[in-house]
Amino acid sequence: MTADNNEGLLAPFRVLDLTDELGFLCGKILGDLGADAIKIERPGGDPARRIGPFFKNKSDPQKSLYWFGFNNNKRGVTLNLQSAKGRALFLRLAAKADFVIESFAPGFLDKLKIGRAALKKINPRLVLVSITPFGQHGPYSKFRASDIEIMALSGCMSLTGDPGRPPLRVTFPQSYSWTGSYAAMGSLIAHYHRQQTGRGQHVDVSAQATMLWAFSHAHTFWDLNRHVEKRAGSFMTGRSITGAKMRVFWPCKDGYLNFIIYGGEAGRRTNQALVDWMDGKGMAPDFLKQKDWTRFDIAKVTQEEIDRMEEPIARFFTGVTKAEFFKEVVKREMLGYPVASVKEIFEDPQHAARDFWQELNHPELKCSITYPGAFARFTNGACVLRRRAPLIGEHNEEVYCGELGMTKTELKKLKQDGVV
Amino acid sequence: MKALEGIKVVEFAAFAAGPVVGKHLADHGATVVHIESKVRPDGFRTHYPPYKDNIHGLNRSGLFALCNNDKLDVTLNLKKAPVATALAKKIVVWADVVIENFSPGTMARLGLAYEELRQVKPDLIMLSSSNLGQSGPHAHHAGFGSQLSSLAGFTNLTGYPDGAPQILYGPYIDYIAVAYGAVAILAALDYRKRTGKGNHIDTAQYETGLQYLAPILLDYKINGRVAARNANRDPDAAPHGAYPCKGDDRWCAISVSSDDEWKKLRRAMGNPRWSTDKKFATHKARKANEDELDRKIGEWTRGLTPAGVMKKLQKAGVKAGVVNRMCDVYDDPQLKQRPQWVELKHPEIGNMHYQRPPFLLDQTPPGPSKRDPLLGEHNEYFFRELLGLSQMEYERLVKEGVID
Repeated sequence: MTADNNEGLLAPFRVLDLTDELGFLCGKILGDLGADAIKIERPGGDPARRIGPFFKNKSDPQKSLYWFGFNNNKRGVTLNLQSAKGRALFLRLAAKADFVIESFAPGFLDKLKIGRAALKKINPRLVLVSITPFGQHGPYSKFRASDIEIMALSGCMSLTGDPGRPPLRVTFPQSYSWTGSYAAMGSLIAHYHRQQTGRGQHVDVSAQATMLWAFSHAHTFWDLNRHVEKRAGSFMTGRSITGAKMRVFWPCKDGYLNFIIYGGEAGRRTNQALVDWMDGKGMAPDFLKQKDWTRFDIAKVTQEEIDRMEEPIARFFTGVTKAEFFKEVVKREMLGYPVASVKEIFEDPQHAARDFWQELNHPELKCSITYPGAFARFTNGACVLRRRAPLIGEHNEEVYCGELGMTKTELKKLKQDGVV
Repeated sequence: MKALEGIKVVEFAAFAAGPVVGKHLADHGATVVHIESKVRPDGFRTHYPPYKDNIHGLNRSGLFALCNNDKLDVTLNLKKAPVATALAKKIVVWADVVIENFSPGTMARLGLAYEELRQVKPDLIMLSSSNLGQSGPHAHHAGFGSQLSSLAGFTNLTGYPDGAPQILYGPYIDYIAVAYGAVAILAALDYRKRTGKGNHIDTAQYETGLQYLAPILLDYKINGRVAARNANRDPDAAPHGAYPCKGDDRWCAISVSSDDEWKKLRRAMGNPRWSTDKKFATHKARKANEDELDRKIGEWTRGLTPAGVMKKLQKAGVKAGVVNRMCDVYDDPQLKQRPQWVELKHPEIGNMHYQRPPFLLDQTPPGPSKRDPLLGEHNEYFFRELLGLSQMEYERLVKEGVID
């Protein structure tokens, strides 16, 4: 990337981010693209600063790694929306902003008279993005939900876990990130339209609806054939019209591998390559060696055939390490990957070669921290990590004095009054 | 009016990661052309159930339908170089945006690398979405999202602590890359409007997935902790899980993240004696006795329907949600009210629930408004009307099997 390309793609635009953890990633993504995202927290700091893990395991609102991870590329101010002065300040900021992102319960901002109607009056170009578990209207709109209820009501949990045991979510919350990133897409669609027409609008994001995409097409089995896809543990269903299920996770020497007997061109190539690899170690039975993979049809395969094939493969994999498997699948152009932990993700040479990891300096912690870097590479315009997540009220002076023209004495007074 | 009217998009793409980016743009009014060929149709058409009535057919795929509504579909056999290459370039000149998700290197082999295309369309925006990225030692390794979700750490975080990892249904990580891919295109469109410059965007599905795991990646780097799967447990809440309800394999999720919520849950359960025990009095105590707590809550939920539990608890101010099954989502009162699906008639599938975006724009309501196209359905319309080929040219290309 050349120096004159270093400006972010969305550099001219400002985002006011009033979200809780459900929406953090939306503002961060716009910030990654160079927009000036300002996180607005309540005085004393956002409650999400109490979400762990913490820097050196020290529970401290200024040291939440959850906060660090999802709020970098934002500046931060504090503001009390419950006070009239706070609301007046918010409207002054919103008058010049391009996006306001919020995740309060539906109706909350309206009640404070700083909702859609008020914002439209002072800034008709504004894109207002509301991110909630279920959307702004409808029978569940007032329901409260955290990650697990969102995963439940979207149907995701019904597809995850062993039959006979409770349905599962992913242990590290997923729905917040999904919702934040899809909210960014919605924000930019409204932005495109605003740039064409001069008119802003309200984007109503539902976490429940977002998670329907995470597990994509499972519901179409019901739509087309009145068949209900269910949780099947470590097995994949829905690939064969006979109802055969394929093993996905295989114990190996030091953990698990993800390998699936697939059809299609890539699947046939993979199956042949695996048999060759097994044969090289004298572990491929004759019936596998003799199989004509070009005629193998995954959509019509029966459970019996699958079981017969999987038995020698399982035996073979128990003697293979994750690293060895990864090396071989890349070399032999096979489908499949090891089940990686965060540790192994850091060890993957692909990331180092692509300069994926990025260091951000944390002067108050006297160190720099390694972050997952840009979500995309652009040939023109930068998408990079520019700044670590803000400390509580870190940019109050910069924003309120530097940009709204307040004096330091006025800011001090606001602090005393509990406005900032 | 829809938000993205006027934007022209061409997809050299198949399966989910590329086409669903195009679907979101099409839902908002962009003109999107999905390029396939008869010799090589989209993989969802050929080997990825469900098919209507379990009968395989190129125009019977539920998954293709879900990912391709509101698009035009043409069949262009890119292997027929140089005529097909020239025609593909002509389509690129027509378009604002190219989306491709072939394995890295394929577009170059077809004579359609970004550098080539930029010669004919200097301000082109092209999204290349791949498994592991366009560069690096593993760039050429192709794969599916259902397995990349393991390399990127997700399945290791899914399952019971005593058991194997659990699958995340479908190509989970593909749809993460979809969100980022669409975001990248929209940002590039804005940038082009202001600077006149196009863009080649390289998204690795792997890297987009890792965005979702930032805190636990930091946790390993700083604290050396390797995050592990722990079923439905959460360090900041107890109870926190799915609890059995009345009915066959029916469940309701409940979570309590403060003493105040615990008080409300107890009241909603009728303050049973066990719940007043000191071993459940504080968050710390509830965490220490979580197995027993889960059993007790389960004994209470077992007598109620999942919807009954949810309504009762939500009314009491406690977070709760039915574990919807795949047969429940179309009738879920909230999704139905939004409405989350548009039912459209498809000539071979019949009535199909086409999925709306998870965000609704109040001034420019999104589609779907047209069913997914049949294979090659818009050949004549697209090549003749939109691209402006003469009837003679068109017929010649069909005869040569370039348009197949």
